[in-house]
Amino acid sequence: MKKKIKCSPGDIVFDIFNYGFFALFTLICIFPFYYIFINTISNNDLSSRGLIFFLPKGIHFSNYTAIMSIPGFSQAALVSVGRTVIGTLLTVGGSALLGFLFTKEQMWGRKFWYRCIVITMYLQAGMIPWYITMRNLHLTDNFLAYVIPGIVAPFNVILVKTFVESLPASLQESAEIDGAGYFTVFTRIVFPLIKPILGTIAIFSAVGQWSSFTDTLFLMTDSRLFTLQYVLWQYLNEASSMASILKSNGGGMTASLANMQTPLSVQMTISMVVVLPILCVYPFCQRFFVKGIMMGAVKG
Amino acid sequence: MNLSLNKASVNNVIKPKKNKKPGRYKLFFMTVPFLILCFLFSYLPLYGWKYAFYDYKVGMQLSQCQYVGFQWFKSLIANPVQRGEVIRVMQNTFAMSGLGILTSFLPLMFAIFLVEISRTWFKSIVQTLTTIPNFISWVLVFSFAFCLLSNTGFVNQLLIQIGLIKHPITFLASDGHTWLEMWLWGQWKGLGWGAIMYLAAISGIDAELYEAAKVDGAGRFRMMWNITVPSLLPTYFVLLMLSISGFLNNGMDQYFVFQNAINKAHIEVLDLYVYNIGLGGGSFSLATAVSILKSLVSIVLLALTNGMSKLFRGETIV
Repeated sequence: MKKKIKCSPGDIVFDIFNYGFFALFTLICIFPFYYIFINTISNNDLSSRGLIFFLPKGIHFSNYTAIMSIPGFSQAALVSVGRTVIGTLLTVGGSALLGFLFTKEQMWGRKFWYRCIVITMYLQAGMIPWYITMRNLHLTDNFLAYVIPGIVAPFNVILVKTFVESLPASLQESAEIDGAGYFTVFTRIVFPLIKPILGTIAIFSAVGQWSSFTDTLFLMTDSRLFTLQYVLWQYLNEASSMASILKSNGGGMTASLANMQTPLSVQMTISMVVVLPILCVYPFCQRFFVKGIMMGAVKG
Repeated sequence: MNLSLNKASVNNVIKPKKNKKPGRYKLFFMTVPFLILCFLFSYLPLYGWKYAFYDYKVGMQLSQCQYVGFQWFKSLIANPVQRGEVIRVMQNTFAMSGLGILTSFLPLMFAIFLVEISRTWFKSIVQTLTTIPNFISWVLVFSFAFCLLSNTGFVNQLLIQIGLIKHPITFLASDGHTWLEMWLWGQWKGLGWGAIMYLAAISGIDAELYEAAKVDGAGRFRMMWNITVPSLLPTYFVLLMLSISGFLNNGMDQYFVFQNAINKAHIEVLDLYVYNIGLGGGSFSLATAVSILKSLVSIVLLALTNGMSKLFRGETIV
C-alpha cells in the first residue's frame, strides 16, 4: 500500500494507538528473554533477591563458564542435540520418501494405505495405551523412542505429496523412460526440487525435537537420557533438593556469594542455553516459514 | 513419414492403456517399512484399549488381572466422587477451550491492524519478535513465568520498590484466575504466530479492490470491514472448525508445567487429568477408559465440524 498523506486527526490518533499497541506487545514478548539474560550475567546474590530489573549489576560470566559442572547438564545437552539432529534427519528423509511414493498412482492400494496414514492424525489411541505400547516395544529408557516415532508424520507426508504433485510430471517421466528406478528418480530428480518444503519440515521438526518434554517425562527414568528441557524442569521443580546437590558440588570452588550457583541462577542459565539456538536460527529461517505457510494457505 | 520406433511411440501405439505397470508391487514394498512404523505407533496402541476393561494393577501381567467389563465406564457416571471429578475436569476443559474459541478472532484483528502500519521496518520487527514465543517450549515459558512472577520475581519486586504494594502478590501459587492466566500465557505464546496465516491471506487480496474503494471514498475502517474481513473469513472458518474438532485436546504441556497443589482444581484439563490418574496415580484402567471416551467424542466432533464445513463452504476440512 502506498503511503498517503495523513491529515486527519483521526488518522493520527489511530496511528498512535496502533504503533503503541504493537510496540507494547512486542516488548512484552521479548522482555522475558532480556530479563533472564541480564540476570544470568549479574551478581547471583542480587539476582536471587530479585534486585535486578532493567540493567545488569555486577557483571560476571561465571554462570556460563561453570555450566559444564552443573549436574546433569552436559549429558542432557548431548542428548538434546543428538535427538534434534538425528530425529530431524530421519523425519525429513522419511516424510520425503513416503510423500514421493504416494504420488505414484500405480502403487498397489495407494488410496487405501494413504488414508490409513492420514486417519492417524485424527484418531488418538490415548496416553496410557501409547505408553503401554512403547513399554512393550522396549522403547522406554531407550534413545530410539525420541527419533523413531516421528519418522512417519502424516502432516509432513501430506505436505510433501502435495508439493511433488505440483511438479511437472514430464520431469519424472523422462527419467523413467530412460530406465531410472523409483529410488533413483527420487534421489536425483525429486529430492533436489522439493528442498523448500523439506526445509520447512526440517525446521518444525528440529524445533519440536529441541522443545520436546513430555516424552522424556513419560518414558525415561534413566538420567542419562534426560534432555535439557527435562533438566530445566527438574531445577524449576525441586529447587531445594537441587540446592543441596549444587552446594556439595561447587563447595569450595567459588568463594563469593556473587558467583555462587543458586537454583535460580542455574535455572536461568539453562533457560538461556535452551533458548539460544532458537534465537540464533530463527531470524534467518523466518522467511522460510512464512513462505511455507503461504503455500499451505493457498492450498487450503 | 516418421518410421523411427523409439520406446515411447511403441508404447503409445501398442499399449494405450496404463494398467498393471510393473512398479505396482515394487512401490508398495518400498512403502511397507513406513506402514509398519505407522502401524506400531498409531494402530497398535488401540489394542491397549482393552486395559480399560480390566482391573489392571501396575507391575502385574494383564492376564493376572480381573476382567471387569464396563465397570470403569459406569463408575465415571455412577460413583458420585468420580462423577464430581469428571464434571470438574470437564468444566476446566470447556473453560480453556471455550476461551480460546471465543477469542479466536484476535489473531485476525492482530493481522488486520498490523498491515495498517506503514513503516515496513517496524512491521517486520514486530512480526519477527512476536512470533518467537511460539517456538519455545512450555517448560521454558514456565521458567519465564517463574522468574517474572514469583515472590522475588521482576513484577513483585518492581512494584514493591515503587511502593505500590507492600507484600508480593502470589501470581503462581494462587487459584483465583487460573483460567484467565492460562489463556493469557496462551495468547503471549500464540498470538503473533496465529496472525501469520492471516497476514499471508491478506497479502493475497487484490490491491485493486482497495483502490476502487478509495476512489469511492471509503475510509480505513470501511475498507477493513468490507474488503479485508470478508476475504479472511474462509481462513477463519477453517481454523475455527479445526479448533472445535480439537476441543477436548488441550494438550498437556502447558497445564502440567503450571500445575501445583494450589491451582490443581482449576488447571486440570482432560489430558492432564488422564496423566495424573494414570501415569501419576497408577490407575491405568480408569485413565484408559477416560481416553477411550475422549477419542470417541473427538471423532464425533470431527464428523460434525466436517459436516458444517460441507454445509457452509461446500467442501470438507478433512
